[in-house]
Amino acid sequence: MEQLTIKTYCHIKNNRICINGELAFEYPEASSMHDFLKKAFKHFKPGYAKFYKMDDISKLGFLASEVLLQDKPYLAYQPEDTGIVISNSQSTLLTDAEFQASIQDDTNFYPSPSVFVYTLPNIMIGEISIRHGFRGENAFYIFENFNANFIADYINQLFLSHKLKACIGGWVDQSSENYEAFIYWADNKKDAPLAIEHTAKEIERLYNLIR
Amino acid sequence: MSSPIVVTGIGIISSIGNNLKETTHALLHIQSGIKPVSILNTRHAADFVLGEVKKTQEELNQLAIADHTKPWTRTALLGLIAAREAMQDARLDLSDVYKTGIVSASTVGGMDRSELFYKDFIGEAQHKEFIDTHHAGDHTEKIAETLGINDYLTTISTACSSSLNSIMFGTRLLKNGVLDQVLVGGSDALSKFTLNGFNTLMILDKEHCRPFDESRRGLNLGEGAAYLVLEREEEAIKQGKQIYAYLSGYANANDAFHQTASSEEGDGPYLAMKLAIEKVGLNPEDIDYINVHGTGTDNNDLTEGIAMKRLFGDKLPPFSSTKAFTGHTLGAAGVIESVFSIIALQEQKLLPNINFKNVIPEINLIPVTQVKDAKLRHVLTNSFGFGGNDSSVVFSSHEATAS
Amino acid sequence: MEELIQKLKVQIIEQLNLEDMEPDDIDETDPLFGNGLGLDSIDALELIVLLEKEYGIKIENPKDGQKIFYSIKSMAEFIKSHQK
Repeated sequence: MEQLTIKTYCHIKNNRICINGELAFEYPEASSMHDFLKKAFKHFKPGYAKFYKMDDISKLGFLASEVLLQDKPYLAYQPEDTGIVISNSQSTLLTDAEFQASIQDDTNFYPSPSVFVYTLPNIMIGEISIRHGFRGENAFYIFENFNANFIADYINQLFLSHKLKACIGGWVDQSSENYEAFIYWADNKKDAPLAIEHTAKEIERLYNLIR
Repeated sequence: MSSPIVVTGIGIISSIGNNLKETTHALLHIQSGIKPVSILNTRHAADFVLGEVKKTQEELNQLAIADHTKPWTRTALLGLIAAREAMQDARLDLSDVYKTGIVSASTVGGMDRSELFYKDFIGEAQHKEFIDTHHAGDHTEKIAETLGINDYLTTISTACSSSLNSIMFGTRLLKNGVLDQVLVGGSDALSKFTLNGFNTLMILDKEHCRPFDESRRGLNLGEGAAYLVLEREEEAIKQGKQIYAYLSGYANANDAFHQTASSEEGDGPYLAMKLAIEKVGLNPEDIDYINVHGTGTDNNDLTEGIAMKRLFGDKLPPFSSTKAFTGHTLGAAGVIESVFSIIALQEQKLLPNINFKNVIPEINLIPVTQVKDAKLRHVLTNSFGFGGNDSSVVFSSHEATAS
Repeated sequence: MEELIQKLKVQIIEQLNLEDMEPDDIDETDPLFGNGLGLDSIDALELIVLLEKEYGIKIENPKDGQKIFYSIKSMAEFIKSHQK
């Protein structure tokens, strides 16, 4: 029977980017997540000016996907067979606060349309889908903590019911104190140098790999 | 495993009614809930019309029978009112015999309270308890706790298609035996946040919205909540429950085009509708009515129309947007319009697209404009969201599906 | 006029987060949308906010933006003729 396996995964946290558990970029002196992401994006040079227009949490998810998909594993799949399921705990809290601040002051009342658009967490999924043309099922869920069981079951189910053949799964979160991204690419290809079982146990293990 | 999924309970609150009965009456008597602003405290009160639930926080609190010692957002109160109605309607048995869950959707979450107390949050005064009610998951937790649902809960947030996605996800939980009964739906209250946000996008109509009309200028915002109780058919029959409808098909796709605008050919909407119909094993011509997304914006109605023409060709079934009744209720729209679609099936009536006068020349499509008797077996409902998240669900009548 | 054009270039780069772009990179007659700077409909809305915030000019119908925001030059001309 066809199996869904994790082929590659990416962590971004503590001003470091790791791909398949190995350090790919770091910038310990970064003054903020915003600063770190800009520097990192320039390092990987994907050449996508729209990146700078995104809010910070979309930048985080988008950058993780750029690093994750460097070898373009999606080219083997139809757009409608490729999906994205991402979760977090804070939705878009900081962007909400930014927009909220812009409608609080009666004397300086200029809410920004682009900030408002990014107050929806699934816009990040939209950005990744636009970038690579993914058209398959996509969803954004809110949990208190990373829930490997949920992500594993959800994506396995999409796979078993033939809705998807390949998928990005993971967790992209940002609060005022911290940020972290852990996303992976899973597909049904058989021979690959790296093929980790797509189970809650393995996803949990990978998530905890980088501290 | 393969038992069909059925709707055994419905709860709804919006600007056209506080429960299913009032909602049905308003739809069949063409009573719109779009009115001048009287609840939301906004600088734009004189500029726009809204689909408000005409109840203050106090009044909602009473209607919801909520625990007054806890901080309740408007979103959570609306959600509780609708969820309780659905649960009672389905006579849900919450004993250990059945695994029961809730999947709920919201886009603004507790924003209605956050913005009210925003200045307090920064200072050190009162209302700090509302900081924890800001996130989209708060309303789900509050509803589950109040109603005693404790086997499973999750919150989905995918913009305006959110609550159709919660229906899809709840269906899967039943099909895989994770749950035996599930409340699915969503809630979104009006807030200054969303009103100002949509205003900056310049897609709000200052007058009553006119979906699918040539003169459309944008949408009216609304608020509300609705929930369905879903169960497996065999279990529903065993317990002698009423069956409102069968949830027979569903699909989600991404338009992969732009954060807020649909692609010119409506690729995402086309794919969502096509896959949902295929899931039932039907052909497009088997669909008897479409409750379209039809927000009344220039872009949505045009591209949704194009996508429908692509899929249905010259056999386009009767269709209507009901957003001129309720306004666009954002995260709750998918489930509210699912309830409308089920009402259409139950009553065997097409629902009207009010305020339509002239066709959009590019697509030349005429929606249903009156309440009309019709033989309805399968109805399709659409919800499309920012971020290109597009969903479609098919509800079928007992007669068309019963096994 | 020249001064206004320079100022607009700086403001647009700032408002629209056009990273890695210098005022001199923008030709004031180049189209801002489509193949020019590649701006999109959300950027157009941001420009409407910019006009109101910096120049006190309000645009009610987003469709009017198409002509006004054709290029930096057309924007400058519009501002000149509408400022009180």
